[in-house]
Amino acid sequence: MSRISRRLRPVFGWGRPRVPVPRPAGSVAIEVRDLRVELGGRRVLDGIDLTVRTGEVHALVGPNGAGKSTLLAAICGDVPPSGGEIELDGAPWSQWSSTELALRRSMLTQRAMISFPFSVNEVAQMGRAPWSGLPESAGDDEIVADALRRTDVAQFAERPFTALSGGEQARVALARVLAQRATVMLLDEPTAALDLHHQELVMQVARERAEAGDAVVVVLHDLALAGAYADTVTLIAKGRVRAAGTPDAVLTSDCLSETYGHDIEVIAHPRNGLPLVVPHRPARTTRLIPTPEESR
Amino acid sequence: MTTVSGTVRSARGPVLIAGLSVGLLAVVLVAAGTGQVQISPAEVIGSVLHRLGLDVGPLPSVAHGESALWQVRFPRVVLAAIIGAALGCAGAVMQGIFGNPLAEPGVIGVSAGAAVGAALVIVTGLTAWGSWTVAAGAFVAGLITTFAVYLISRANGRTEVVTLVLTGVGVNAIGGALIGLLMFLADDSGVSAIAFWNLGSLAQANWTAVWITLPCLAIGLTFAFANSRKLDLLALGERSAQHLGVNVEKLRIQMIVMTALLGAAAVAFTGIISFVGLVVPHLIRMVAGPAHRVLLPASAIGGALLVIAADLAARTLVDYQEMPLGVLTAAVGGPAFFWLLRRTRTRAGGWG
Repeated sequence: MSRISRRLRPVFGWGRPRVPVPRPAGSVAIEVRDLRVELGGRRVLDGIDLTVRTGEVHALVGPNGAGKSTLLAAICGDVPPSGGEIELDGAPWSQWSSTELALRRSMLTQRAMISFPFSVNEVAQMGRAPWSGLPESAGDDEIVADALRRTDVAQFAERPFTALSGGEQARVALARVLAQRATVMLLDEPTAALDLHHQELVMQVARERAEAGDAVVVVLHDLALAGAYADTVTLIAKGRVRAAGTPDAVLTSDCLSETYGHDIEVIAHPRNGLPLVVPHRPARTTRLIPTPEESR
Repeated sequence: MTTVSGTVRSARGPVLIAGLSVGLLAVVLVAAGTGQVQISPAEVIGSVLHRLGLDVGPLPSVAHGESALWQVRFPRVVLAAIIGAALGCAGAVMQGIFGNPLAEPGVIGVSAGAAVGAALVIVTGLTAWGSWTVAAGAFVAGLITTFAVYLISRANGRTEVVTLVLTGVGVNAIGGALIGLLMFLADDSGVSAIAFWNLGSLAQANWTAVWITLPCLAIGLTFAFANSRKLDLLALGERSAQHLGVNVEKLRIQMIVMTALLGAAAVAFTGIISFVGLVVPHLIRMVAGPAHRVLLPASAIGGALLVIAADLAARTLVDYQEMPLGVLTAAVGGPAFFWLLRRTRTRAGGWG
């Protein structure tokens, strides 16, 4: 397709957006090659290679300031790379119109906000916007209801988003991203504001999407969550890929201790064998305030 | 607002629009019939039907009733409706693109900017080319001001209440100074023309004004309505809207041009009528929620209703005298603005 008609199509609505074709699990959804990103003159990412495949949950982990969120933003198209290539669904980012991008990747940002008191239901429906005018939009209502149910927010579907707690808002934002049904789901710390139960719930939702054939890239701080739910873990430190592979290969005591600059032990859970990541903590020797037993 | 549930709201939308339309029709009939020559609503309807070629209903019975209706009242009522619709819709769109319920042409200084443009045209004598030159001057100056305010008041993809209001203070001050300067330079007729502009009045309404402003309104409303879903998405913030396929930059520029067009249509022949764009969309949001699919048409109809009613009040409150319409709307709108400011501040938990 010529450049001119590609440019004009979104302007005049020529033709329909190219809807993503379902690919078998294991196909390449995102290919990042030698990515370099500079922000404010500082090199934040350097020489990043990353492959995300359909059917997998791909966790990005690493210390604060390592560049995880910047990498996610670059994959999403929010941050222009200063070098290297990012391919989405087999074509460079620039080859897709904004609608076509929205059909291929959805993004959950760190902080969910809204300017006007839209209801939870309305917010989730916004996720269907890229599909408007396409035959797929016939299933909008069911998809939205399903997304609300999976994120455990269906019970307050009619309440205004602005009246919810931070954790509830985060789940509604996830419902919106789920409703978008893009091939690649990018989640930037989706568990940060959530209680234990909902953290697990969100990661299960990510797994379900992967098992349905989508690709999920998720930035996580909780290494045990990454170990339990991810198929692939990429450990990023100081703007470079430190290690990548299966959770067992990446989440090792040596690798993590060196990267985080803290002694970290990785133990297999006695029953399910999943990795438990335990930072070294000094034993408690003193206690200034007596326990109730002692004071009795 | 928090007590209104989404389903109730979405059911309320069509009811609200229907109700407002009925109200608009009623106020049109009353406003057209009220004045020095009294004409009953039935006669007003009869007169319109006769013009449409239907011999139904009574014609105005009083002397000169027909001519008063068609030469004075109707242009005035129709112009009031156009202006109200333009202001209501422009306010709602502007609040959408700024992501801030306090954005309004008068508050952020766009009306003042447009007034400078109009005053400049009046002073330089460009009006000799036709009455549309004032509208053109107001449009260009309004557009420049909107872009300026937009660029100055935004930081990290959103506009904070305090920045927006303070930017408005600054822009209004500069606009006021420029208008003062132009009045200083103008001759007597120019001074009174500019003063008339600043007070805002429909006294000089005529069919020419209607035919010039109507296309502006039609274009503005069409574009705004066509983009109502995208404006909804913009409430999620620029990044999230972009992730949902909205070309945010393009949408913003289109909508800024549309608000300037609507704003210019509103102020070109009548001068500054403030706060309509602030109060009407806010009331609509309280009843029907923030979805633009209902908000935009309802704000247009509600604005038309409000301005016709306000104009009716302006010309009937004091016997044999006409109050400036802009003064009346500001007297009601000012306190409403304070209330809204307080509410927004409490809600945002500070000056966010």
